Amino acid sequence: MHNLTIAEQIKGLRNKDFSSLELTQHYLNRINDSELNAFISVTSNQALSQAKEADKKIANGKSSSLTGIPYAHKDIFCTKGVKTTAGSKMLDSFISPYDATLTNKLNAENMVMLGKTNMDEFAMGSSNENSYFGPVQNPWDKAKVPGGSSGGSAAAVAARISPFATGTDTGGSIRQPASLCGITGLKPTYGRISRYGMIAYASSLDQAGPLTRTAEDAAIVLNAMAGFDTNDSTSANKSVPNYTQCLENSVNGLKIGLPKEYFSDGLDKGVEKVVMQSIKEYESMGAKVQEVSLPNTVHAIPAYYIVAPCECSSNLSRFDGVKYGYRCEDPRDLNDLYLRSRSEGFGDEVKRRIMIGTYALSAGYYDAYYLKAQKVRQLISEDFKKTFKDVDVIMSPVSPSAAFDLGSVKDPVSMYLADIYTLSVNLAGLPGMSIPAGFSDNLPVGLQLIGNHWSEELLLNVAHQFQMRTDWHNYSPADR
Amino acid sequence: MTWETVIGLEIHSQLKTKSKIFSGASTSFGSKANTQACAVDLGFPGVLPVLNQEAVKMALRFGLSVNATINKNSIFARKNYFYPDLPKGYQISQFEIPIVGNGAIDITLDSGENKMVGITRAHLEEDAGKSIHDLYDDYTAIDLNRAGTPLLEIVSEPDMSSAQEAVAYAKKIHSLVQYIDICDGNMQEGSFRCDANVSVRKKGDKLGTRAELKNINSFKFLEKAINLEVDRQIDILEEGGSVIQETRLYDSIKNETRSMRSKEEANDYRYFPDPDLLPVAISDELLIEIKKELPELPTEKKLRFVEKLELSSYDAEVLTSQKEVADYFEIMINQEVDAKLSANWVMGELSAALNKNQLEISDSPISANELSKLLSRITDNTISGKIAKDVFKLMWDGNGTVDEIIEKQGLKQVTDSSAIESIIDDVIANNPDQVQQYKDGNSKLLGFFVGQVMKASQGKANPKQVNEILNEKLS
Amino acid sequence: MSLDNKKVKEIAYLARLNIEDSEIEQSTAELNNILKLMDKLGEIDTGDAQPMAHPLKMSQRLREDNVTEEDLSEEFQAIAPKTGKGHFLVPTVIE
Repeated sequence: MHNLTIAEQIKGLRNKDFSSLELTQHYLNRINDSELNAFISVTSNQALSQAKEADKKIANGKSSSLTGIPYAHKDIFCTKGVKTTAGSKMLDSFISPYDATLTNKLNAENMVMLGKTNMDEFAMGSSNENSYFGPVQNPWDKAKVPGGSSGGSAAAVAARISPFATGTDTGGSIRQPASLCGITGLKPTYGRISRYGMIAYASSLDQAGPLTRTAEDAAIVLNAMAGFDTNDSTSANKSVPNYTQCLENSVNGLKIGLPKEYFSDGLDKGVEKVVMQSIKEYESMGAKVQEVSLPNTVHAIPAYYIVAPCECSSNLSRFDGVKYGYRCEDPRDLNDLYLRSRSEGFGDEVKRRIMIGTYALSAGYYDAYYLKAQKVRQLISEDFKKTFKDVDVIMSPVSPSAAFDLGSVKDPVSMYLADIYTLSVNLAGLPGMSIPAGFSDNLPVGLQLIGNHWSEELLLNVAHQFQMRTDWHNYSPADR
Repeated sequence: MTWETVIGLEIHSQLKTKSKIFSGASTSFGSKANTQACAVDLGFPGVLPVLNQEAVKMALRFGLSVNATINKNSIFARKNYFYPDLPKGYQISQFEIPIVGNGAIDITLDSGENKMVGITRAHLEEDAGKSIHDLYDDYTAIDLNRAGTPLLEIVSEPDMSSAQEAVAYAKKIHSLVQYIDICDGNMQEGSFRCDANVSVRKKGDKLGTRAELKNINSFKFLEKAINLEVDRQIDILEEGGSVIQETRLYDSIKNETRSMRSKEEANDYRYFPDPDLLPVAISDELLIEIKKELPELPTEKKLRFVEKLELSSYDAEVLTSQKEVADYFEIMINQEVDAKLSANWVMGELSAALNKNQLEISDSPISANELSKLLSRITDNTISGKIAKDVFKLMWDGNGTVDEIIEKQGLKQVTDSSAIESIIDDVIANNPDQVQQYKDGNSKLLGFFVGQVMKASQGKANPKQVNEILNEKLS
Repeated sequence: MSLDNKKVKEIAYLARLNIEDSEIEQSTAELNNILKLMDKLGEIDTGDAQPMAHPLKMSQRLREDNVTEEDLSEEFQAIAPKTGKGHFLVPTVIE
């Protein structure tokens, strides 16, 4: 059952080949047998009762297409009555008193939540090594990182211990782990999926999205995830198309842009080869490829690593040991309460980014850092605007290399530099995808698709057409 | 040495919305601790703010009332600092681009002169919760019911040069926000709070270093606190010292201000645009709509009272300085009672009685309708003005309606000429000496006779008739 | 721009983070290393580009002024570190 795609599982449930309870139990068993550390919490009892409820709905003909399909929820989304940690000691014992909008939407479909997936603390990281709950292993090679911050989600889908997982992407946190784990990940346009109840890292960059095996599955679940939310001021009041309806469109005549700045010196040769082969595949389907230039790409790193820490330094001020979350033992006075609760509750990378952000916003530095970064952000956004006048889709690598060894990158700056191909998309609020495109040294490599605002339908179509012609997305770590 | 005082005020007025500025929790005052603080107010992980449109409209009403520039795209910013009653570790406020820009308001000074006070800006922000220090020995208790209540912070130019002027300005704003129905003005409950920036300088010098006075919850304290601060600063400067820029807390019990050093340390608020909120766009249509809805403002009302009702400028100022007083007065004149007579009674008997009992006009035991009935009994000659004052007292004490009291106490004025004549005849007969003196030219004695007649009639004889008949009989 | 230990301590205090004296050298070095990357911003000519605070050109949506939230104070306080008499408690704050 676990080798079936969501599209196939939907058919299986409808044809009574298996029940949601059977499907759910099967995945719970697989999770139980897995040693990847992909989950922070496994909610077996709740999952089984949700599955029974779903089976009832299916029997009564009151189901929607996703009813009874299991999924794993990134532990950054609030789930009422279930521990929600954001990968942090700060929230180790935080039982959310409310549901995120996305949680509500998936509940409304009667989907079955298997548990909450591991992640870099507060979504800050690209390797999942910054989790208070320990690193996640890459299912393709347990000595390697799964990527981050949605590392648990990507590993779970790749290892087929969940057919679908939610993720969030602030600077690449869906696309990069999807690439490193050989699955399909979509970061939609900013404002497409509600941020309400999604624990904020950097509010103007954060966006939720699906991690699935195929583009078709991504389209199916995006239908349920996307939509306007009155509780989120930054949510777009824009109708949601049926994302599956254009999957079969031909890509003949599609104009693809290859940004020359994305094929620079730092790019691993194996990765480059996989990406170029994929581009050839598109050409063979009738797509027209041209070189384009996004000259401000290199500036995305300093711009992002100012904007995101500035926003996070403020977003994470609420974790002060007063209303919820971790409080240090026996605080002497108020300052001691603040200082120790926060220093003991946050991990190193989170503290580092809070420090950077606090500094960049402080008196005398605001113009040189924050304001300057916002101007650069404008330039990056304009690069894309110009380019999308000439091409339909931009294609590039997702990450300069395939999965690296756990514990091998110790210097924060080197880790930041590896985000070069994913950051611009968040700064500009664009949709981006990573799809399995091949292997380099037996490790999966993803191809990045970047579209104009609100072009998820096109991206899913372009991805699906590739997956009709290739079978990289069907490879399983278990086959090795 | 002559010193010049420079004062600017920052007034926080709580807006009268039903729900909070960024959440759907209730704003009502006095509920059990923390029962009106929802997930958004508590700053739970993942929650987001959505702006209350009524708060925006109220800010615009204020802006239009002081002829201010309205910023068509104002920005919410975060003011970052840690304090236990600030749940998110930042306050959502407006910094670089507030919703209301430059405006001005006219105040009337004690001398009767008018003075224009500039308004620098007015911006929307959320209130913090409350820290309670006397509930526990070892803990400070936090109540977040007030967290997220909408505030309009109104910042004046440093245009005031005395405590009296500052009070006049504060009262004017206090009256205005109630006129335009955006704030209940309750200073005890903290709905209307004044902070004063005070500095002194030698005449002609540039601005001196200012101190910010906080924790002032009445106009009387505002005046006291400013005067104390001015004296303190002058003392320092005259002894050759220098004033330091700081926040000082006014203690109304000890009548002193003291430094609040704890708030000063590391005071770097790191303002930046709140990424959870977008620019607030104000359309011309909305502004036109709000302009249409605005009630008559105090200055307009005053002008109307002077021009249409022929009241003196002083009377019109007093009657319009508080919305409730103006409303009371207007109910009276709508009953077709003479405006001047109504004004005299509202500012005289009624105001005296209210003051004596420390009541607001809204708590007056005599309604505007009842008072106008009383005045109409004067003009229709049922009772004299003097008797009316007695009736007023009886009404105040709850002895019934105007007519019931007049009836029960038999206070109806005697207007029957023959009855008055017979009383006068008696008085003349009983006072032959005075009659003789009067006839010899002591015309002052007329008052004596009037007095005697009124006394004999228990005040009920129509004074005008008494005068006429007396003149006739004594000539 | 380069930070010294004193400045790092100041920033840490603004953010209410504690840095032990034994860690300060390393923290300062690490932050300076990161700042070197950030300081590349200074070299970029942004011309007359407007600061972009937000990826989408939208304006703030306004909510109707209705009370929609119920009292959940008991649930909220149940997960608080320390409460009493319906309040959140912190060590005494001296004003």
